[in-house]
Amino acid sequence: MRVTVTIDRRPEIADPEGTTVKKALHELGFTETTSVRMDRVIHLDVDGDDPVRVKARVEAMCHQLLANPVLEDFVVEVET
Amino acid sequence: MRAAVVVFPGVNCEHDVVHALTALGGEAELVWHRDTDLSGFDGVVLPGGFAHGDALRTGAIARFSPAMREVARLASVGAPVLGICNGWQILCESGLIPGAHIANRDLSFICRFVEVEVVDTNSILTRYAEPGQRLRIPLNSYEGSWVDPSGAGRVVLRYVDDPNGSQDRAAAVANAAGNVVGVMPHPERATDELVGSTDGQVLLESFLRAAPVPA
Repeated sequence: MRVTVTIDRRPEIADPEGTTVKKALHELGFTETTSVRMDRVIHLDVDGDDPVRVKARVEAMCHQLLANPVLEDFVVEVET
Repeated sequence: MRAAVVVFPGVNCEHDVVHALTALGGEAELVWHRDTDLSGFDGVVLPGGFAHGDALRTGAIARFSPAMREVARLASVGAPVLGICNGWQILCESGLIPGAHIANRDLSFICRFVEVEVVDTNSILTRYAEPGQRLRIPLNSYEGSWVDPSGAGRVVLRYVDDPNGSQDRAAAVANAAGNVVGVMPHPERATDELVGSTDGQVLLESFLRAAPVPA
């Protein structure tokens, strides 16, 4: 099954890359941009046919490896 | 002191560490990250570099290397464990030091001497330094900015200026017991006049003189 993991840096943690991209957008005239966050998306193909079980497994992957609990939150979506 | 210097694929400071520790009268030996037995070693250094190419996050994959189970065990019984640069990032990912690292505030790879001040001598890195002592040591990192929302990390070295946005200007952080320390600048590259500074000596001597733990 195709699984999408979105990993967001917590709002209270600085994102220097996002800040730099925001500055560049402002210089290009896109001054309406008030925030840029460089979050990450990971696509996985996972064997299994039970979306609930697949989601639980991928959440376990996030807790153990894919996301850093100090910095990041994550959302797991299973395509059905 | 007989120190194990753990080699992960992609690290590049392991020989500098062995050279510096040996020159200071210690014994240091390279240990492959897949080794599972660190008995016979009194302490551990995780050297700098780019373990596993920094894939996913710095230190994220290295923390699961078999040798890290032994490192965690040694840390738990009070043995000195020092992570330098990427080694500190691995210690944070492992939960042995609180917090994590993000890109430097200005997104620049910083490669220059920095000045750090000794702010806490209760650690295996700073025990024989003087409180308030200033040391000139090279910094060489991109993801060198330490963040610790928990507030549990204890800063033992602080940057005199603020090169990278590290929380509390932390250049080195200890665990509560003081036997596990992560440091971002490289003390092993400041142990010989030939390379411009010997200020790293007092830090590595502190590590070498850390109390051995009974086997």
